[in-house]
Formats: sequence, C-alpha cells, structure tokens
Amino acid sequence: MFNTASTTPEKLLQMVAALLLFVAVMGVILFLAGRVGGKRGDKVVGYLYLTPAILMLGIGLVYPGLRTIYQSFFDAAGKAFVGFGNYGTIFTDDEQLTVLRNTVFWVVVTPFVATAVGLLYAILVDKSRFESFAKALIFLPMSISFVAAGVIWKFMYEFRPDQARVKQIGLINQIIVWFGGEPKQLLLDSPLNTFLLIVVMIWIQAGFAMTILSAAIKAIPDDIIEAARLDGTNAWTMFRNITVPSVRPTLVVVLTTIGIGTLKVFDIVRTMTGGNFETSVVANEFYSQTFRADNQGLGAALAVLLFVLVIPIVYYNIRQLRHSEGR
Amino acid sequence: MTTATPVTTTPPLTPDKATAAAIAKKKLSSPWASLAAIVLAVLWTVPTFGVLLSSLRPERAIKTTGWWTFFTNPTVTMDNYRAVFGGEGGVNLADFFINSVVICIPSVLIPLSLATLSAYAFAWINFPGKNVLFLVIFSLQIVPLQVTLIPLLQLYVKIDLTGTFWTLWLSHSTFALPLAIYLLHNFMREVPSTLIEAARVDGAGHVSIFFRVMLPLMTPALAAFGIFQFLWVWNDLLVALVFAGGGDEVAPITLQLANLSGTRGTAWHLLSAGAFVSIIVPVTVFLLLQRYFVRGLLAGSVKG
Repeated sequence: MFNTASTTPEKLLQMVAALLLFVAVMGVILFLAGRVGGKRGDKVVGYLYLTPAILMLGIGLVYPGLRTIYQSFFDAAGKAFVGFGNYGTIFTDDEQLTVLRNTVFWVVVTPFVATAVGLLYAILVDKSRFESFAKALIFLPMSISFVAAGVIWKFMYEFRPDQARVKQIGLINQIIVWFGGEPKQLLLDSPLNTFLLIVVMIWIQAGFAMTILSAAIKAIPDDIIEAARLDGTNAWTMFRNITVPSVRPTLVVVLTTIGIGTLKVFDIVRTMTGGNFETSVVANEFYSQTFRADNQGLGAALAVLLFVLVIPIVYYNIRQLRHSEGR
Repeated sequence: MTTATPVTTTPPLTPDKATAAAIAKKKLSSPWASLAAIVLAVLWTVPTFGVLLSSLRPERAIKTTGWWTFFTNPTVTMDNYRAVFGGEGGVNLADFFINSVVICIPSVLIPLSLATLSAYAFAWINFPGKNVLFLVIFSLQIVPLQVTLIPLLQLYVKIDLTGTFWTLWLSHSTFALPLAIYLLHNFMREVPSTLIEAARVDGAGHVSIFFRVMLPLMTPALAAFGIFQFLWVWNDLLVALVFAGGGDEVAPITLQLANLSGTRGTAWHLLSAGAFVSIIVPVTVFLLLQRYFVRGLLAGSVKG
C-alpha cells in the first residue's frame, strides 16, 4: 500500500485505499467525539477535531520551516556552520544579484500592470451586454497552469533565423517582420527577456484582478454614481474621484495578493528559460541551488529570503484592512 | 445578464428610470471604450488560440509556417494528439493524465474534510487556547512552500515514502490547510447561532450538528474551496518536481509537459497538443463551475 504503484489499476487501487484509510481515521475521531458528553466534553471534542490538522501542520509546515531556517546557516553539504555566509552570498555574488534584480522587476511590474489592466477591463465591460462572456475570456488564463501558460507564450516568442524562405512561426517575431524589423531571439536578450516572462504572469493575473475589482465596482452605491452623472461628471473624473476611492481597499488587497504570488513565481521561469540567460528569480534560484547545484545551504537561505520578503507585504495588507475597517 | 456575482441590488426598473439610465449610459459608453475592451479581449485570447489551432495542424505545417496562415491554407489533422498519446519519442500523456487524477482526488478531499472539522471547532466549540491556535494557523498562510520542501523530502526519505503518491497527497493536503481552515471558519461564523443553539437544546451533540446542520449549509463554500484546491493541485509544478521528480510513475501531467518543453523545446506539434491535453480538465471545471470559483475568490480576498 505504501509502495510505488506503476500500473493504472494499481494506482487507482492505492488511491481508493488511501481514501478508505482516511475515512477510517475520520470515523474514529467522530466516533470518539460522539462518546464524550457534558460540559467538559466540549473541550475534548474541540481538540479531537483539531488533532489531525495540527499534527499535519506541525510536521509538514512548522517543523520543516524551522529546519530550513537552521539549515540556511550551514554550508553546501549542510555540515559546517557558516553563520550568515549564505545570506552574504545572496547580496554580493554577481549571479545572485542578477536574481535579486529580476525579482524586483517582477514584483514591481506585475501587480501594478495586472491590476491596471484588470481595473480598466472591469470598468469597460461593466453592465455591457456581453459582460459575462467578455470576463470569461480574460479570466480563462487563471485556470491554466503556469507550465501550460509558459508553453503557450514560448510559442508566441518563437524565433526562426532571418533567412530567405524561412518564415517566422512565432506571432511576436512575425509582427516585428511585418513592421519591417529583424526577428530576434527574444528570450535570450537580458533584461528584455525578464520582461517578456513578466508578460506571462500579467496575462494570468489580470483576470484575478478584474474579477475582484468588478465585484467591488458593482458594490459602489448607485445613488453616488447617479448623482455624479446628473452633475455631468465626465468619465475620467468619475474614475478618479468616485471609482478609485470607492474600491481603494480592494485595490490594496489585489495588489498585495498578486505581489505575493509573483514573489513565489517559479513555474513560468522554469518552463520558459530554466532560469538561464539571466532570467532567474529567487524562487527559481532556490530550486536550482538546492536540486541542481546541490548547494543546500544557499538554497535554504533563498527560501528563507522569500519568507522574509513576504512578511512586509502581508503586514501592509493587514494594516490597510484595519485602517479601512476602522473608518 | 447571468453574471456570476449579482452584487448590486437594482430596484425594479420603471419605464421613466430606464430612459434616464439609458441616456446616462449612452453618454458614457463611447466607441473608444468598446474598442479598448475588444483589443484587450483579443490580446488575451490570441496566445491560447494560436496554440490550440497549431495542435490541429500537421507537424510540417507548424514548423514551417505561422498558425495564422491556417486561414488561407486550412489543413486539419488529429496526428499530434495521436502522437502525444501514442508514445512518439517516449511520450505517452495518458499515464501522466491518470497520475494527475490520482494525485488530485485525495489532495482535494482530505484537506477539505480536515479543514471543515477544524473550522467547526474554531467557530462553534469553546476550549482553552482556541484563539492562539487560530492565530497561529492563520499566520501559517504566509509560509512559502519553498521553506518546507527540503526537510519534508528528508522526512519522506526517512520513512521510505519517496516515489509514491503519498508524498504528494500528504504535502498538498498539509499546504492547503491554513487557507482552507481560515476561509471555512469565516463561512461557518456566518451561520446564525440560534440554529446551533436550537439543535443543542434538542440534545444534538457536536457530531450530529456538524453533519445535520453545518455540512448542508456549507455546500457552496466547500464547492468553492474544492475547485480552488483542485486547480491548484492539478496545475502545480513545484511540489511535483520535488517529490515526484525522480520517476515517471507518479509524475503529473504538468511535470511531463515541463520536461517536454525542456528537452524537446522545438517539437511544437507535441507541445501544442500536450498543452491542450493538460489544460482541458481545469478549463472545463472552470467553465462549468465558474460561479463557485468566483465566489471563492471573492471570499478569499475581499472579506479579509
């Protein structure tokens, strides 16, 4: 049951077995919870219900997290203590500095552009006849995996040498050719390539921004809008003085959520360039250092850095929420 | 209109008001706005469309001409799909597709059940240490997966689980718990307490309240989070790469597609068809259950 299943029936069987085992565990918990009664029983039931989740989180999240922090102070093999050596490497080594630079590009550009596009689109299609269809088009990339999105965009950027009788098969290079330019290896050119990868993330996240912001726009009270219209407010003033202030708390949530997601972006870089040609970012470098370069210490330090970078964004988010609730 | 989220409460339109609204609308919606919307919609659709169309073109055509030439010279074939399922170049996506299904089902059901149970405890049972525990679980949401992967892998090696589905089931289930518990707790708090108290007065214990009162009320929330978790697990690459990277036996379809893109980056007839096989399930789920998905998204980030 705990072996590697290799044929389809074996796999399905193992899955059913796992589910049955899980149902049995749940059954025991519920059975025990059903047996205890009285005032003290409440306490027992509470802890019983929480036991599996706490066990899993303790073993699968808290312990490994602490362990990684500990490991980040050790060398490549995880044997010798190096203090903050790995962190020093991240902030001094040329290659690692490129990684940091790229991560900054990602985190600064993606949330703002994706949110701007999402907001614009939400306003444009609001209350139009094809609203739900139009929204589904933008939203669809959200359901596609980053890997498939990477493949889809790699095809867009595909390059064929600029020779007679050789035709471009990537749309972007074809457009360059149509406008009289020379096709180029788009994904090899740093730092342009990083921005081309960022486009993919924007393509995915704009739908998220649009959905959330659209709901917020619809929640703006009708009488405010009506009053503004009667005053003869033009579209731009309406946007600046009514729409944006009304959805401001939502804007912050969307920006920070996309920011955190972007910080951890890995699949897109892995699929499209493998982190080569100076396109690596922290999350991808973590993987490369740990599993390709066998530098466990540096890998752990990069993972911890990721964790540390998330904290201020979350902190800002919570503060903003408190602020808007306080009003 | 059948949008997923009818948030506005529009009063019934009287003829008088309708004309006023229509005039205001006419004033605002310029042809430029429509044009901008259409341009964005096209920009967002073209990349996927190009790959879909390419997956239906013959290999030679894909490699020598752009997909847009299809409209002047249409030839359609299913060869590429036959190739990705028939084992050309050691590729048979069917196995990986099944792996994805086998990985997904427990990875959705297990955290969903455990989180419902925990959320119930946090929402409706009093016990010492409740608030502290909830705060800890809430804050675990921000832990990036990367931080946990290596020690977790070492743990799996120690108990000899590497290369099995168990590593993926356990990891995905664990990683899902903080967000799931938090979201479901929010939903549960909204159930009127009089309902619970009435059941208690009737002598119902926590087990029967959980099943008879809570679960039926929670169905939309469970559906929302279930879809969320399903998309997340089906589309995951990182967790699969770390825990199932070694062998093909347990690798999901995303991993195989990523490998294919790495090793045969120019085999566009395989890549385009492969990409479509891998996205067909999440896209279908999304289109059918969009309403729940959107509701889940809104619950996750607007309520806070």
